[in-house]
Amino acid sequence: MKGLAKSLMTTLSVFARKPVTRDYPNYHKPIPERDRAFPLLLWDFEIDEPFCTGCHACERACPVECMTVLMKDNPNHRSQGGDSSRRKIIDKFWIDYARCMRCNICVEVCNFDAIAMNNTWQGHELSVHDRSDLVMDLPQLLAQSKTGNLKEWVAD
Amino acid sequence: MVVRPEIEREFETQDLLLNVGPQHPSTHGVFRMVMEIDGELVKDVVPYIGYLHRGAEKLCETMDYRQGIGFMDRTEYLAAFNAELSYVMAVEELAGLEVPDRAQWLRMILCEMNRIASHLMFMGAFGIDVGVFGTPFIYAWREREAIFDLFEEVSGDRMMYAYFRPGGLAWEVPVNFTERVREVLKAVNQGIKDFDGLLTENEVFIARTRGVGAISAADAIDFGMSGPSLRASGVPLDIRRTEPYLKYAEVDFDVVVGQNGDVYDRYLCRLQELRESVRIVEQCLEKLPDGPIMPEKMPRMLRTPPGEVYIRTEAPRGEYGIYLVSEGGNRPYRLKVRSACLSNLQALKHMSVGQYVADAIIVLGSIDIVLSEVDR
Ligand code: SF4
Ligand code: SF4
Repeated sequence: MKGLAKSLMTTLSVFARKPVTRDYPNYHKPIPERDRAFPLLLWDFEIDEPFCTGCHACERACPVECMTVLMKDNPNHRSQGGDSSRRKIIDKFWIDYARCMRCNICVEVCNFDAIAMNNTWQGHELSVHDRSDLVMDLPQLLAQSKTGNLKEWVAD
Repeated sequence: MVVRPEIEREFETQDLLLNVGPQHPSTHGVFRMVMEIDGELVKDVVPYIGYLHRGAEKLCETMDYRQGIGFMDRTEYLAAFNAELSYVMAVEELAGLEVPDRAQWLRMILCEMNRIASHLMFMGAFGIDVGVFGTPFIYAWREREAIFDLFEEVSGDRMMYAYFRPGGLAWEVPVNFTERVREVLKAVNQGIKDFDGLLTENEVFIARTRGVGAISAADAIDFGMSGPSLRASGVPLDIRRTEPYLKYAEVDFDVVVGQNGDVYDRYLCRLQELRESVRIVEQCLEKLPDGPIMPEKMPRMLRTPPGEVYIRTEAPRGEYGIYLVSEGGNRPYRLKVRSACLSNLQALKHMSVGQYVADAIIVLGSIDIVLSEVDR
């Protein structure tokens, strides 16, 4: 009986503590800036084009092969009378979020700091009705960076 | 009045085959066993595994060393840091990389914290197995959540960390790391006290677990068991002690052993190990040096000379070994994971034959299997 009483005392003592439950959909806990949701492309506000040059480095390094990259000549390059120093630029880019395993390798191999892991709640709340909706194309990948609500975090 | 003779008739009896799983709440994942039962007693157990086989070993052979880390996380999702550790240590051994001190201490802290998280998970799930619905599970979840929040701040992910790299760590820990760890440890200490109070002396719990599923030390060794499930039988085998890796030689901790090797002892061993882990982490925090977390010169693409190596570490469930063969180049020629769960599972039949059906479930729970590690 002594053990049982002790056991019940334990449960009782918990009543006096503050609740730790988070009321999730109504409350979003602040997430750290190194949180890794899914990879995103970044937008170069100075020149008004993506940082990504379409160099395929991330595509080759991705362990699950969930990226597809196509590059094109940059119409905005200096030689064409534009003001960008990027000779090549990204044409089409798809990332299949359903396959991505969020390993951060694409971010590490990119030489142009053009890709980053989404560290906001939008990156986590991605439920869709159809898997094919998780294949993100270039405008979708750039959309969040354009709004500028990504938190700064560069892994060194 | 006619006195009828006592009717004596032999009924034909037949043993019942009972299928449990693969989708059953108390098989801790997708594990299936077919039990042959005679009334309430288990006569035979035939386990079926492989429902979670993803070919992680083979996948890693098609990837370079860095790409493999993510798959190693997924072979042991409840203690991913420990799984990563074995893998990166094997690669380091082959490549001859020297890991900086700070990285080693940090790895130790993270692995021990992960052991705590994993054992807490065991406590919760085991509580449910023995029939205390909810309470232990929620207690375990509470502390585990604190640990996962910490891991998220460090590595960016809650379960699949991909944080250890051959040579060191992917990036530096946050500036307030030590304070945060201390905070979490405080919560964990409270959690351990709660479990101690809730279960250890509880007569119902003892009646349910003591003497159930006992296995002798000799049998346990024969089955190749390791980790707390082996130590509960009284064998003081802990790789952290017998073959110290990282900095385990420099910290002070006890190897917890049980006496009877029954389900209760396996629970008690893990509870005590939680305390030991807290002790280890505290010492690590004291000794944590400053310095780099990666060796000075790291090639962009890691290549290893031909050779083979077997590295084992003490994961929460036992010996997690990596056998790595390289033929040169940037990817393994062969990678084999020695999973503690798979070996521990071999003893299931030995432990549950002769027990009641309900006890077979807690025997299964007490060896703390993770099916992703069994199947890989
Ligand atoms: S994201 Fe970086 S690595 Fe990938 S294609 Fe663009 S520039 Fe190259
Ligand atoms: S995070 Fe990993 S899996 Fe996802 S796209 Fe990048 S490299 Fe591929």
